[in-house]
Amino acid sequence: MIRHLRDLGFWTLCLIALALVIFPSVSIVISLVQQAWPVLGWHLFTAGTPDDGLQNAILGTLVLCGGILVVTAPVGIAGGIYLAEFSHLRQGSWIRLGYETLAGIPSIVVGFVGYVVLDIELHWGFSLLAGILALSAIVLPYVVKTTEVALLQVPSTLRDGAIALGLSRLTTLRRAVLPPAIPAIISGLVVAVAIGVGETAPLLYTIGFSDQNPSLQPFQHSMGYLTYVVFYWISLPSKTDHELGGAAGLILIGMLLVLIALGRLVSRWTSRYSASMLS
Amino acid sequence: MITSEGGAGQSAGSAGSQARRAVRDRDLTRRDRLARLGFLVAALVPSGMLLFLAAEIIREAIPAFTFSGWGFFTGQIFSFGQLYAPTLTHHNGVVAPHGAAYGALPFMVGTLACSVIALAIAVPVSVGAVLALTERVPYRFQSGMSVFLEVLAGIPSVAYGLWGVLFFGPFMAAHVYPVLASVLGFIPLFRAPVGFGEGLLTASLVLAVMIVPIIAATTRELIRTVPILAKEGALALGMTPYETVKVVTLPYVRRGILAASLLGWARALGETMAVLMISGNLLDRLPVNIYGSFSTLAASIVDLLDSALTDATGMAVHALAALGCVLLIITIATNLGGRLIIRRASGGVPLPIGRGI
Repeated sequence: MIRHLRDLGFWTLCLIALALVIFPSVSIVISLVQQAWPVLGWHLFTAGTPDDGLQNAILGTLVLCGGILVVTAPVGIAGGIYLAEFSHLRQGSWIRLGYETLAGIPSIVVGFVGYVVLDIELHWGFSLLAGILALSAIVLPYVVKTTEVALLQVPSTLRDGAIALGLSRLTTLRRAVLPPAIPAIISGLVVAVAIGVGETAPLLYTIGFSDQNPSLQPFQHSMGYLTYVVFYWISLPSKTDHELGGAAGLILIGMLLVLIALGRLVSRWTSRYSASMLS
Repeated sequence: MITSEGGAGQSAGSAGSQARRAVRDRDLTRRDRLARLGFLVAALVPSGMLLFLAAEIIREAIPAFTFSGWGFFTGQIFSFGQLYAPTLTHHNGVVAPHGAAYGALPFMVGTLACSVIALAIAVPVSVGAVLALTERVPYRFQSGMSVFLEVLAGIPSVAYGLWGVLFFGPFMAAHVYPVLASVLGFIPLFRAPVGFGEGLLTASLVLAVMIVPIIAATTRELIRTVPILAKEGALALGMTPYETVKVVTLPYVRRGILAASLLGWARALGETMAVLMISGNLLDRLPVNIYGSFSTLAASIVDLLDSALTDATGMAVHALAALGCVLLIITIATNLGGRLIIRRASGGVPLPIGRGI
């Protein structure tokens, strides 16, 4: 009897812990909606931050998304391919340790070094390129890792079949291994972008902030982005500014949820696709 | 022609481990070798970035370390000095503005205190939640529930900060901290005043929420590796599910959970924006009690870089680099420790990185 009571008590505690994990994510969304409610409307998308809108920040965040995709997708996917297809066991584990450690370092360190080296020593000033490079250092490990995992999930019968036909390693990769892995690689890229979108610390001093819409000049031009609005507008005195910060946070979380849903859809499609490849 | 060398993963195991095989050099065509070289260069980029970041921040930090000596780790005053004063201070062969002092003790204490409290809360909660998720929640709800972990991992840290400042902090200061202060008031650290919700305890609690995803995701991967036969055996012996967890599951993943905690700790140490928004930014003193304002290494870098730029001698920027350097070394050490333990404990299970992806 006591044993069963103890069992009940333990699982109750575990379920409470689960509730404690679920509660904050719900609470964050609700409190952001409450905060942003008075300013929600189309003008957020049509006016810039000087006129209590978010257009410049939203466009800036989208530019950053594009930028980190352009930088990290080729490098990250190629790196993932090396780890999954070419590396020797021990060598691979060292390379892996490198990107795992890079993923764990504080983002402000990346921002600080980016500022000192790119903005000051190379005289780029507050620049889009410096911001994109700093952000890429944060995002790259996720791209490498998800690509590697995606390739390793491709059934090795495909590989063996191509090899048995006498195809070269590169052709095997291009014709047999890569195609079924592509959806999973894309969903990894989506996750990486979602993480990049939410970063602030690497951007604060590399890219600055601007009230204008993005100019797309790589050097000497600062640019606005959403996370800065959340961080800075909340420290401004007026209530409207606070609400605008809340709205920026809400749009960020909206983007995040859309991206996560997209990643889920793609990976569900993957599993069906690779199942059909197998049969 | 390509042959596969036997060895790792040839026997039972996932398709994944079978793909990890060494490639013999003579099996590759010339184009293969060229492509392999290109892929290798790309694969080395993250490690290169890591080394570059570490080298740069150490190079930037050296003047500040020479200026302050051991005082950097023991001093309680962190001040850039009188930036517009005509006189300069010379010390250990380095020049700084008059009255400058770079003592990082309050930041280091703040960083440690807040990350340790966060860890102490996050570890039991994550392990409990994952146990509930893997052992108790019906299978068809599981993937739905793990979406919450993914969402938690993806929520921007400024959004956590906003939540802490606007909602969570004021709520705790109004309803929970006064109760805490009256119940635990016999411990000096917990005594009132409880403040307005911006301070050490609020920041630690928000940090705890932020590191739950990495600890929970790691623990979930580990629990999946527990042999099902051992679990079923325990149940067949008449053990309750709790006893099965206690006797079979937890001992099997114990070292892995230690490693997961180290990974979570590394993330808590380096978290910047949320802590900056919630900490109350107390720069040159230790916090008065557990509710009090404080600052951390990471948060103070963001907070002070603006004013550091006005220092014509450049020492202020070097001092911030020194803060970053200390932070970087601590986080890399905890991270590596966690990775190495986990590598031994779990035998190559692919584990989450960074934020818990």
